[in-house]
Amino acid sequence: MTLLARFQNSRNALGFMFMLPAALLLLVFLTYPLGLGTWLGFTDAKVGRPGQWIGLENYAYLWGDAVTRLALFNTLLYTFVASVFKFILGLWLAILLNKNIRFKTFFRAVILLPYIVPTALSAIAFWWIYDSQFSIVSWALVKMGLIDHYIDFLGDPWNARISVIIANVWRGVPFVAITLLAGLQTISPSYYEASAIDGATPWQQFRHVTMPLLTPIIAVVMTFSVLFTFTDFQLIYVITRGGPLNATHLMATLSFQRAISGGALGEGAAIAIAMVPFLLACVMFSFFGLQRRAWQQGGSDK
Amino acid sequence: MSDFNRRKFLEGTAGVAAAASVGAGAALFAPFAHAQNLTFKPEKGAKLRVLRWSRFVQGDIDAYMANVKKFTEATGVEVRVDNEGWEDVRPKAAVAANTGAGPDIILSTNDDANLYPDKLLDVTDLAEYLGKKYGGWYPAGETFMRPDGKKWLGLPLGASGSLIVYRESMVKAAGFATFPKTTDDFLKLYKALKEKGTPGGMALGNATGDSTWCNWLIWSHGGKLVDKTNKVVIDSPETLKALEYGKELYANFIPGTLSWLDPNNNKAFLDGQISVTNNGISIYYAAKNSPDPKVKEMAADINHAVFPIGPVGVPTESHLFFNQMIMKYTKFPQASKEFLRFMMEKEQFDPWLQGGGGYVAQPLRFYENSAIWSSDPKNLPYRDSVKNLRPGGYDGKLGYASAGAAADFIIPNMVAEAASGSKTPKEAAERAQKRAERYYKL
Repeated sequence: MTLLARFQNSRNALGFMFMLPAALLLLVFLTYPLGLGTWLGFTDAKVGRPGQWIGLENYAYLWGDAVTRLALFNTLLYTFVASVFKFILGLWLAILLNKNIRFKTFFRAVILLPYIVPTALSAIAFWWIYDSQFSIVSWALVKMGLIDHYIDFLGDPWNARISVIIANVWRGVPFVAITLLAGLQTISPSYYEASAIDGATPWQQFRHVTMPLLTPIIAVVMTFSVLFTFTDFQLIYVITRGGPLNATHLMATLSFQRAISGGALGEGAAIAIAMVPFLLACVMFSFFGLQRRAWQQGGSDK
Repeated sequence: MSDFNRRKFLEGTAGVAAAASVGAGAALFAPFAHAQNLTFKPEKGAKLRVLRWSRFVQGDIDAYMANVKKFTEATGVEVRVDNEGWEDVRPKAAVAANTGAGPDIILSTNDDANLYPDKLLDVTDLAEYLGKKYGGWYPAGETFMRPDGKKWLGLPLGASGSLIVYRESMVKAAGFATFPKTTDDFLKLYKALKEKGTPGGMALGNATGDSTWCNWLIWSHGGKLVDKTNKVVIDSPETLKALEYGKELYANFIPGTLSWLDPNNNKAFLDGQISVTNNGISIYYAAKNSPDPKVKEMAADINHAVFPIGPVGVPTESHLFFNQMIMKYTKFPQASKEFLRFMMEKEQFDPWLQGGGGYVAQPLRFYENSAIWSSDPKNLPYRDSVKNLRPGGYDGKLGYASAGAAADFIIPNMVAEAASGSKTPKEAAERAQKRAERYYKL
């Protein structure tokens, strides 16, 4: 057998060959930028000029920087609250859409609308909705006699935080809802029939049938949801640019402001890299959580 | 910086005086006699990409594109012009400078050129030629684009004046026959306007153009970000006085200004919700050209004024400066220079100034005589926006640090924190000091 023929018949060699293009792409487009970002975080690089190695100085400064701390707090709050609401609303919608209701297909399509609209466009719409002088919400409430002056949605730090979280929830719910709906449809109706014969209430069915079978999907969808939320940029950039008083600056928007607009590439990179441990923890939590479930590989829970 | 500016100012003034002495009529729009004509021969097959901030007034882009067309017809060089919001030009320009690829020419804002001076084509010959031919550059233009006093990093394009825009009837109703000229009277006016139910308001969000009034606030009371040696001195008694004043002023603003970005005050003003704000001429331009008769009618009631003078006793204006940079990586440096030369010559530049309706004020003294400044007396206050402009990095040298500090909204955030009461003026000034020191450390 020639070397070529042996190569062609080798499972390992062929597997390696087929994997190589994907690995190369990952290396060039994921590993290299991440590596470069990590390197920049340890330098005083500026836009247009290479930096010198300064060790942990950027991180030490950022640790004491009030705005960075505020951005970290904002990011954690934004991610936690928005993710919880996206999960609750998404699951609720998924369960509703999984029932035999009239115009089911139409409603399923409608629910995707916020996800179809480009983020920047929906952000502009929210910017108008929250406008301090032209808000349709304030206008309607004033007309209804419920309030006597316009709500300062984006001019007050806490109002602004709540406002951008609502915008993020609106935008993110379809992704959660549709994915969970797909998960719900994989659950065989026979489980529900059997449990109904045993006298299970709807709540018991939800708790003992739906939730356990949906957990793997929930883990995946919420991992992605948390990642998207934690790294959100566009909504904040369009609606508030981090204001008022930096109250809505997330790590991503602050990183951009410092690195690109401000030219402090090293410091901006350090902020971005500081996000990685949080994101990694989230991914690992989901990954190991799923790995423990033997039935993921076709077996059953031990 | 001040000495340098004074010297340049005297040189330029002498130039204008000399031009005026040539004789009425001929002096107005005749290039100076001693100027030589200069052209650059575009490379064979040259094509140019220009990235510029998008219009705030339609006439600007119409006139600009008409000039681009003329350039292509005259030279055969194809030019593609991309427009972006001015906040978005800066990151794109930064990425282009960093990666060495992108548009050949970038029209950007403030001291962007000082972020990456090594990445820009030296245009000293072109700048000197234009300066000689058109009565000299204003000092601010030189400060921005020739930071070392020798090499020009790019050409000034002009500045969008950030002046006071007000409703005459409302200011009169508040008891002021003319617009206040001092900060004390300015505060009284704001109080009176609020009492009358016709408040004013100025942006306190992260607004690139409209938050520049915060510079005026600090400078008018003698505060400054850095001293002449670039030492950060923002945490000073003068700054504290300015912040106390800002707090009083803010108390009379219409609610919501903490969230205002660049377009907010335009909308609120044209809707009749505010009576006084700071802005370019775009509010007036929009009112004059509005298809809505009610808004058009408002134009007659709109007027402009320069910012009042504070305890420091001299004008302290802050405007949005525009520059033109040729990226060093361009394959067509000659074509790029020729493009900028062509656009700055009076046959093109003056129609463009007029097309913009006064939105951009000229960087060259010669264009003070443009018809745009005399065709409507309400345009006139904007004429000297570059002439009176004090760069954001005052009182130090422009460079990476000043550009970064401005882009990081250090001054507007300090003012917003103090004005809103979220921090005491002292705390706000200390935070600004610490952040600015980070930029000025290097």
